[in-house]
Amino acid sequence: MTTVASPPRSPPPHLPPSAHRPTATGGPEPKPAETGVWVAIATISMSFAALTSAMVVRASGAPDWQHFRLPPILYVNTLVLIASSLTLASARRRITPASALDGLPRLYVTLGLGLLFVTGQVLAWRQLATQGLFLATSPSSAFFYVFTALHGLHVLGGLAGLLYVLRRLRRVGPVPMTALGAATLYWHFMDVLWLYLLVILIIRV
Amino acid sequence: MHEAAVHPHAPPQGFLRTHVFSVDHKVIGKQYLDLALVAVCTGMVLSWLMRLHLAWPTAAIPGLDKLSPNGAAGGVITPEYYLSLMTMHGTIMVFFVLTTAPFAGFGNYFLPLQVGAEDMAFPRINMTSFWVTLVAFLVLISSFFVADGPALSGWTAYAPLSAVGKDAGPGQGLGQTLWAISIAIFCVAQLLGALNFIATTLDLRTKGMSLARMPFSTWAWFITAVIGLIAFAVLMPACILLILDRVAGTSFFIPSGLVISDRLQPHSGGSPLLWQHLFWFFGHPEVYIAILPGFGIISHILPVFARKPLLGPRAMIGCLIAIAFLSYTVWGHHMFLSGMNPFSATLFSVPTLIITIPATIVTLLWIGTIYGAKLRFTTPALFCLGFVSVFVSGGISGFFLAQPSIDTYLHGTYFVVGHFHFVMGVAAMFGIFAGTYFWFPKMFGRMMNETLGKWHFWLTFIGVYCVFMPMHYLGLAGNVRRYSAFTDDYLKPLIPLHRFITIAALFTGAAQLIFLFNLIRSRFRGPKAPDNPWEATTLEWATTSPPPFDNFGGKPPVVQRGPNEYGVAGAGGADYLMQAAPEPAPAR
Repeated sequence: MTTVASPPRSPPPHLPPSAHRPTATGGPEPKPAETGVWVAIATISMSFAALTSAMVVRASGAPDWQHFRLPPILYVNTLVLIASSLTLASARRRITPASALDGLPRLYVTLGLGLLFVTGQVLAWRQLATQGLFLATSPSSAFFYVFTALHGLHVLGGLAGLLYVLRRLRRVGPVPMTALGAATLYWHFMDVLWLYLLVILIIRV
Repeated sequence: MHEAAVHPHAPPQGFLRTHVFSVDHKVIGKQYLDLALVAVCTGMVLSWLMRLHLAWPTAAIPGLDKLSPNGAAGGVITPEYYLSLMTMHGTIMVFFVLTTAPFAGFGNYFLPLQVGAEDMAFPRINMTSFWVTLVAFLVLISSFFVADGPALSGWTAYAPLSAVGKDAGPGQGLGQTLWAISIAIFCVAQLLGALNFIATTLDLRTKGMSLARMPFSTWAWFITAVIGLIAFAVLMPACILLILDRVAGTSFFIPSGLVISDRLQPHSGGSPLLWQHLFWFFGHPEVYIAILPGFGIISHILPVFARKPLLGPRAMIGCLIAIAFLSYTVWGHHMFLSGMNPFSATLFSVPTLIITIPATIVTLLWIGTIYGAKLRFTTPALFCLGFVSVFVSGGISGFFLAQPSIDTYLHGTYFVVGHFHFVMGVAAMFGIFAGTYFWFPKMFGRMMNETLGKWHFWLTFIGVYCVFMPMHYLGLAGNVRRYSAFTDDYLKPLIPLHRFITIAALFTGAAQLIFLFNLIRSRFRGPKAPDNPWEATTLEWATTSPPPFDNFGGKPPVVQRGPNEYGVAGAGGADYLMQAAPEPAPAR
């Protein structure tokens, strides 16, 4: 992983990357990557809203709905995920178009905390499994696994995004501020989504 | 990602990068259209097989037993295999033709051109989206070749039949699992596509291209993308839950004590209605995903050939937005017969009737646009008029079906088959045809043959009326749908009408060979197309035919006015003003 091999970027670093492109709006330069993440947030929210309503419908008046105690490790995982958001926010504050190096360590910590969260979620599954609660045991456990698995997959996607940003930060060339902003936005959303899921799991399961 | 969005990526090198794994939105658009062409041929052959069987239930179809030794032993279609054909016809047509061609195909090619962008916002995601769609299609088609054949629970895959597995019928084993996997994959592709459309429309518009100046087709694709973003986001988790019910033993959709094929199903407590709610929450907006691009294409093309501005451009866009919004409030009208509370039925009936208001306004705006116009009767113009005709014919029966009391009688009959084939099937197809004849010169740099085009239009237009109009009468006479043969006494007198429909369907299908021939021949032999053969105003006509790799040769156009400047004094005696043309000198 050396930075020597990568060729320097074509546009000179003092120009904004899209200076040649006239835009429709007189306002700030549009950032498609951030728009894309906002759109992704909308669609992911819709998916989880659909699953939530499915859970509410399925749980109402179902005699086979089995209440169980959430694995305590979930609360630790929650703290880990919140901490990762904080370190990421702090990293982002330190990364400027002029210099990326200050923020890098915090970005690595964020990455580590993200991985720790995913590992923690897998441990939560194992705790449930030892209690005899599997995917097909009860609709409540089924929804638990579906929610946590889908959220986990999206978190892995966020980790991939952070890795992509990290790779580009280590290269020579302009600092990918927009990509960093987009990845950060997505990561914070993963945090908020998890808090929401935790609350409805506490209420329903 | 972002860098690719704002830098003109270098022209690709090599055949694979240029034509196969291309990130160029124009190549991807053509790939979507080619996929839709393969899909529509497949879907149409399936419909022929169904129609032949309905008209002559005992006739053997040569060669069919090779495809399905169990489903069509000796070439005679079994009732189960008939349902498989129906399921695959519906699924292929709705997802891989009506969603793929007008939205993903034309939208990919022309949305960036029309807003003056060099490419989509995320070219690599765009490419991924196409290839994922192709994988979804191949997974679906592969179910023809598994032991028990494809799924047979309809394109709506109603639970619990779609959820319990093999006990529910031959295709309900692996075939149905492949169906659910295919649709889940398709959802991913569509979500990626919608994301690209929205980001491109919002962020990559060229200088001067305000939202109010966007062409109507761009508006329609943008609104369709927003609908798709929400609709497919609901279908995907629904498919995941369905797959889990099938392979992991969960009980989301399968109720307790269900006995199918004399076997008590090992599930409990699930809700079949939950599937219907999730499916139709997607399914009804899906109708608009199929038809709104058609609305946009017609609104885009009609003024070109009427040589008049579209009547009420703001009302048109307002109506499209209203339809998009209302499309999320009406899904229950597909479920009047599901045993839902009658009060809920009324609740869904009211918005269903309200949504006809913007749809009617849109239709009246088209008719008002051509009123008093000296119409140029080219093939795309004819298909636009045909679109309005079939949309009205199909839409009017919607008024009846929107009322629960009438729907109770008609819902399970051919009346509904006639209704939705007209209003979303044929109308959307006419939109696709209009778009193809209109944009072909831009896409391939050659004109299509007008004489063949007109023959194609008239034969198709007459043909589809012969196929789908009688279905309304069949429905009123109580002819149930989804049956593979009509052996009951009260249905026997209707068989001659079914034979007429079958012959008309074969005839209409054969007429499409003219289109296919025209399409292939014009691609290589058609006369060279000028940059702006139709004298249109929008930006895609301001560049060469076909456009260069970066769309505008490195000089993004600067937009001066809206797309609706027809019947005005333009430069050089022209009666139109292009969006990026400088202000003409005042007449002396």
